[in-house]
Amino acid sequence: MDNKIRQKILFIAFCLVALVYVIRLLQLQIVDDSYFRSAQENVLQEQTIYPARGLIYDRNGELLVYNDAVYDLSVIPIEVKTLDTALFCKVLGISPEQFRYKFEKLKRQKGYAPYKKCIFDRQISIPVYAAFQEHLYDFRGFYVDVRTDRKYAHSNAAHIMGYISEVTDRDIENSNGYYQMGDFKGMSGVERSYEKELGGIKGIKYILVDSKARTQGRYKNGEYDTPSVSGKNINLSLDYKLQALGEELMQNKIGSVVAIEPATGEILAMVSTPSYDPNLFVGRDRGKHYMELLLDPAKPLFNRTIAAPYPPGSIFKILMALTGQQEHVLTPATTYGCSRGYLFVGCHAHGSPLPLRGGIAVSCNSYFCQVYRSVVNNPAYKLREDAYKSFRKHITSFGLGSKLGVDLYGEGSGLVPTSEFYDKIYGRYRWQALTTISLGIGQGELGITPLQMANATAAVANRGYYITPHIVKKIDSKLNPNPDFNKKHWSTIDTSYFQVVIDGMQDVVEHGTAYIAKIPGIEICGKTGTAQNPHGKDHSIFFAFAPKNKPKIAIAVVVENAGFGATYAAPIASLMMEEYLNKKHDTRKALYERMIKADLTHKNTNDTAATKTR
Amino acid sequence: MTQLQPKPVKFDWLTLMLYYVFVVAGLLCIYASVYKETNPMIYDNSMNYGKQLVWIGISFFVGLMILLIDEKFFYAFAYGLYGIAIVMLISVFALGTEIKGSSSWIRVGGIQFQPAEIAKFATALALSKYLSGYNIQFKERKTQMICAAMILIPMVIILLQNETGSALVFVAFALVLYREGLPGWLLLVGISIGILSVVALLVKPLYIIIVLVILAVSFLLMVRRTMLLIYLTVGIIAFASAYVSSVDYVFENVLQAHQKSRINVLLGKEVDMKGAGYNVQQSKIAIGSGGLLGKGFLEGTQNKFRFVPEQSTDFIFCTIGEEYGFAGSFLFIALYMLLLWRLLFMAERQRYKFNRIYGYSVVSILFFHFTINVGMTLGLMPVIGIPLPYFSYGGSALLSFTVLLFIFIRLDANRMNELTSGAD
Repeated sequence: MDNKIRQKILFIAFCLVALVYVIRLLQLQIVDDSYFRSAQENVLQEQTIYPARGLIYDRNGELLVYNDAVYDLSVIPIEVKTLDTALFCKVLGISPEQFRYKFEKLKRQKGYAPYKKCIFDRQISIPVYAAFQEHLYDFRGFYVDVRTDRKYAHSNAAHIMGYISEVTDRDIENSNGYYQMGDFKGMSGVERSYEKELGGIKGIKYILVDSKARTQGRYKNGEYDTPSVSGKNINLSLDYKLQALGEELMQNKIGSVVAIEPATGEILAMVSTPSYDPNLFVGRDRGKHYMELLLDPAKPLFNRTIAAPYPPGSIFKILMALTGQQEHVLTPATTYGCSRGYLFVGCHAHGSPLPLRGGIAVSCNSYFCQVYRSVVNNPAYKLREDAYKSFRKHITSFGLGSKLGVDLYGEGSGLVPTSEFYDKIYGRYRWQALTTISLGIGQGELGITPLQMANATAAVANRGYYITPHIVKKIDSKLNPNPDFNKKHWSTIDTSYFQVVIDGMQDVVEHGTAYIAKIPGIEICGKTGTAQNPHGKDHSIFFAFAPKNKPKIAIAVVVENAGFGATYAAPIASLMMEEYLNKKHDTRKALYERMIKADLTHKNTNDTAATKTR
Repeated sequence: MTQLQPKPVKFDWLTLMLYYVFVVAGLLCIYASVYKETNPMIYDNSMNYGKQLVWIGISFFVGLMILLIDEKFFYAFAYGLYGIAIVMLISVFALGTEIKGSSSWIRVGGIQFQPAEIAKFATALALSKYLSGYNIQFKERKTQMICAAMILIPMVIILLQNETGSALVFVAFALVLYREGLPGWLLLVGISIGILSVVALLVKPLYIIIVLVILAVSFLLMVRRTMLLIYLTVGIIAFASAYVSSVDYVFENVLQAHQKSRINVLLGKEVDMKGAGYNVQQSKIAIGSGGLLGKGFLEGTQNKFRFVPEQSTDFIFCTIGEEYGFAGSFLFIALYMLLLWRLLFMAERQRYKFNRIYGYSVVSILFFHFTINVGMTLGLMPVIGIPLPYFSYGGSALLSFTVLLFIFIRLDANRMNELTSGAD
């Protein structure tokens, strides 16, 4: 009987063990799902399929940016076990110290894991790549990945196209998991503002790997894979030839050129000098080049066209003429005399007195000071500040003083001072027209970007409206869908007031200050500006549109510290308009040569200025 | 034939059936765990499942032979077999081939086997024969010593061959001795020592001693105190305290680093993803990822892509867990329990003491293997490399487990005529 009990005791012991194991199985297989996830992590490897980035063309289909294959060297640290470091360093052409340094750096990177593939060296050269392929067997754990990088067909329009660069830690954090270490995204220019269109959508391929991380096939036949979506091709509104000419003319000068098609708001050319070769941002030395450009005192990375505010100088008189008429303090017949200046504002020698059209043609300072005075001291307004507010409203309706909304990153708003701005300086009710008289001739606190100048020209050319300037004409062969780029922004000036002003602008080119800009057979309307500034010699400014009726191009040129508007800005604008309208720019060889040869970077004067201040 | 063997023979079909089910299921698992999508050939001598198929054939044949042998053969040759096994075990030192750090293999021609496998059933037979002998009383000191020696001799030799797992299997004979009269408290003491050892490694000895003393005092306060009880309690506490302290000492000062690491990993004090912990972690992942119904035959990813080392041998249970899930694992455990129950039942129905003791040896050995092997894959037992009988890949192991079981089936088959022929 005792033995029977012992049999039972033994069997109960067996069952207890079995029970414990069943409970453990329940826990592992049913209750705790972390093992299931671990298993997925074990075998599933997410492979990113990088989409081809969209290509960039100009308005005529000229290819500007394309993709090129580059070779990245990556490593799965855990797989590196027997590495002939000496041979490895020899093939790569690095010293053992560099090798160690690189590895240390790798380990400190965010998201580092020994079993995860990470990039060891970017963009190895083709010979190194070839040598490496031969030794790939010796270098277990290292892989060569083919990736595409941007290539720029021309060295032009660097600021517009921008560049792509590796995403930062912050980009990764803000991207909701889309970006991963080593991804590239557009960092400036069109590459940045159209990142969504150009960049495409990354795809994911799930592959099964074994315990040695060798690929074993697709996961569920690719059921969960998502294909990548290629980036869309983009057509810029840029005219490549015009752009190239603009950059050629602006070489060795500091300044900007912006050309806009008034009817559409499309930017035809956008030159900011000094510029740089966009191909500097491609390849292994990207970082080095970037630092060099960043530290260059001439600020070649700075896109002056959209971000640099200049006092517009005399071109502002055009807006004054329009505002004066709208406020009914000025008619085309109003004449003002000029005795080489108005109060403390000087003027040059010209006939006097002059009506509005003549005042524009000779750019009379005292005429427009008086226009400004009559606008701000307009008795129709009880308060000066209300009159000023009304003046400001007209000016800003041309897109001045705030961001236009161009499709480029880094646009500046410029400055058209508010009445509060002057209240702060002078105290409320303690300022009036004469206090701020320099505004009347586009000086003083005004800050207008070249883009805003060109846009204002376009608005004048359109007799009252502008369309937000934009650089991208077509996305994927369809017109830019942004509704803002198809909408007329009407200024507060009645269309009827434009005619006399435009006539005056034509006179400027026909027989006024900018006769140098005259092109036979084309009716050009323009206005010179010579902007005083605290940085040295006056800025040479010119804005114009042509032809007078049905204008096809509106252009603004700023050449820093170059003197009169007619000296450099007007000829450059003229040559570019000729190129765009007549498809040639060599009819006036001497002018063309003079523009190209002129070196106005003031490298030496900058030095003397520096000594002076010391 | 009829003249020589006139008695009716009745094989236990349930046991036979379970055996065949296990072997076939085992083959499927081995096939799954060595399966590669690129080369799904069933018969391939170079691959494990191909070899296993050959060994299954051999095992079936040998099993059949055993069923045809006169049952008296095993009784008669028990000591002989034991002797041969011991000689083979010793000869390993001279002729042995080292495989995977263990020098316990003998290679004859193309095949290799572990004498330790033979020693298991040989010891079972010898022990059965000795204990079933005339005038043998288990209560006698001499009998106990001889039993202990019979078990310990092969055990120590195997231990010297660095085959800890196989050596530990001989501990299973303690269950046989328990059935034959070994006092229950001895087993209890053994188990208590085991538990104390584990606790001693987990907690500082001082705390354990404090807890033990508190327990003892409260125990003494609750019962009617006699001097004997007090002495006994104090003695036990003193012994336990000394033991706990010495375990700690041995662990810190005697054990080698890799042994310490294995124990630490098992106790969860150390997470070592590269060494001993890796197997267990991957094993748990494989089993845990099976879910309720499993991923299906040949669909186990952990299994297919070799995440679990030694999957076709010691970690074969992972394949069951991953591909057949909780349902399959539960069925497996239930069937194993059924086999153990059936064998216990069969052992108890034997008229001959020899048969019964042998039956218990079979049950104990199978139970021990099951407990350690499955417990190891579940992370409940230390990683001791012993196979799961009938499932794990390994020809000589399968053959020896087949022999072990079939001898008992053969012995059991004769139970009917024992009634007629009476005691020999």
